Amino acid sequence: MSESSTAATPGGGLVLRGLGKTLGGRSIVDGLDLTVAKGELVCLLGPSGCGKTTTLRMVAGFVEPDQGEILIDGRPVTTLPPERRPTAMVFQNYALWPHMTVFGNVAFGLKLRKLPKNEVRDRVGAALELVGLSHHIDSRPAHISGGEQQRVALARALVLEPQVLLLDEPLSNLDAKLRVRVRDEIREIQQRIGITTVLVTHDQDEALSVADRIAVMNSGRIEQLDTPSGLYDEPRTRFVAGFVGTMNFLPGSAASDTSVRIGNVTVPCDQLPVSVDGPGVFGVRPENVVIGGVGAAARVVREVPRGHFREVILALDGVEDPLRSYVPVGVPPVSGEVRVRFSRAHGYPSGV
Amino acid sequence: MSALDTADVRTTAPAAAPTSQRTNILAGLARRAGLAAFLTIFALFVVGPLVWLALRAFSGTWQYPHLLPDTWTLKWWTQVLDSADLGSSIRLSLVFAPVVTIVSAIICLPAAYAFARYEFPGRRFLLVALFATNAFPKIGLFLSMAGVFYSLRLMGTFMGVVIVQLLGTLVFMTWLPAAAFSAVPRSLEEAARDAGARPWRVFARVTFPLAAPGILVAMILSFLASFDEAQGTFLVGAPNYVTMPSTMYELVVNYPGQVAAVFSVLLAIPSVLLIALVRKHVMSGRLAEGFQLR
Repeated sequence: MSESSTAATPGGGLVLRGLGKTLGGRSIVDGLDLTVAKGELVCLLGPSGCGKTTTLRMVAGFVEPDQGEILIDGRPVTTLPPERRPTAMVFQNYALWPHMTVFGNVAFGLKLRKLPKNEVRDRVGAALELVGLSHHIDSRPAHISGGEQQRVALARALVLEPQVLLLDEPLSNLDAKLRVRVRDEIREIQQRIGITTVLVTHDQDEALSVADRIAVMNSGRIEQLDTPSGLYDEPRTRFVAGFVGTMNFLPGSAASDTSVRIGNVTVPCDQLPVSVDGPGVFGVRPENVVIGGVGAAARVVREVPRGHFREVILALDGVEDPLRSYVPVGVPPVSGEVRVRFSRAHGYPSGV
Repeated sequence: MSALDTADVRTTAPAAAPTSQRTNILAGLARRAGLAAFLTIFALFVVGPLVWLALRAFSGTWQYPHLLPDTWTLKWWTQVLDSADLGSSIRLSLVFAPVVTIVSAIICLPAAYAFARYEFPGRRFLLVALFATNAFPKIGLFLSMAGVFYSLRLMGTFMGVVIVQLLGTLVFMTWLPAAAFSAVPRSLEEAARDAGARPWRVFARVTFPLAAPGILVAMILSFLASFDEAQGTFLVGAPNYVTMPSTMYELVVNYPGQVAAVFSVLLAIPSVLLIALVRKHVMSGRLAEGFQLR
């Protein structure tokens, strides 16, 4: 929480209050509340169809909300058309105009504002320099690479000095290597100019690595709004636990204050959730599954090298689902019967 | 494929290689001969009638088995060019065609945009209904129209001719631009809205320029349809408004075939010129570039 409050100053920013949208009889976004502080980067993270893109498009003005209101720096914008909102959007497919050069694309909004020619030139130049594309100023969008197109789209949005920057799956059309680089660039630029930003993504890695806070969305609602580490360490619902990071889900119940009963075995657990007594589902991160020493008996099914660590797949007696454990590379390989305990577990009521 | 065959044969039985290579060469030759024959027949069908028409325009006598005319003459050309009607009919054609094209664009382009961008009741029915004018023999349509035109006092008027020529242009002036408009990704329009452009400016700066090649093709086809329209123009316009094609109608009936050939060649000139003029714009990479962007 502390990192986000240093980056963001209180007041202003973007406020969504009770936002709702129904399309074709289906509730897409349902009573959504969200406050993005000035200069903060918030990710809307969720599976496709969770309403994250619709929320973004309501902020941009392309979708009219059925309920609720949108405030930018304290000013209501809910009824304004997109061209009159202080927002700028980077589209998933970049949406560069193919009949204009890179300069023409970036200068479009400035020319509409009837700025003097030399100011347009200076600001376009500065924006392209910011994204490192000054050498492509006269190129056509079709003649530059996907990553470069993405950066032109970013420059086109930033040159208008919007109060809120909206990014719709900005990296989904890039290959894996480029994705990491552009992701870091977007974060770096966003922090340098301190712009309030909402980024929509379905990729948890992307969200965890760029966001100040992440809003995990599921069927039109925010399940949890938290910092990346908060979200990873304390997933509040089973959906969040499953969507962010890897998680072992084990149906069972608390056996004592320091152990859980799963299938036919009782597994010692150092840190138990307080929220669940009685039957439920325990979520255990693979790095919290400790092999060796004392604990419940388990059988090693196989080991998978994963680079920086090894993934050990275990079977607990009477439990169908495999139990995954991450083991540092230095630890000697294990096989056969081993002992496992949990250093930490999360609990969720069953049937949710 | 042939290379693969050869390789297969070599690995199994090296001695057989020369024979199989020879069969490959023969197969290649046969394929090439087939292609050449196909192209020749294709060219004969496309270019043949045009060559025949051009030859006929310069022929005196031309008897059946001979491949070329027996005698050559320019007398058909002097006869056509000297006739008093020709100048005025060319002028009339050159007035009607652009007027019809522009009126057609004014009526059809907004309709095309609506077809491409909006969902409204009867949309599909109306789209298909546009074909109706082309689905029946035109002359039947014209004859029933004539009755209406008489009562509206449109027979023999400029307006009447424009309306009758418009009929033939409606289909492509709506369908082609509608396809061109709907090929413009919506996100490109949204991006322009987002940058601060109002809807009409989005249309002027993004949608229209991107759809322009398709609209240009539609306008050329409309121009040519109007320029070549003979039956309806003759029926409604004669004797006050006689365009080039309707003059040809009279000539075909009253003069030897060669005169009609001369006229056909004259009528083809604007088409060839137009296509040569716009070819660069229609076929340039811009359209293709747009589709590369995802």
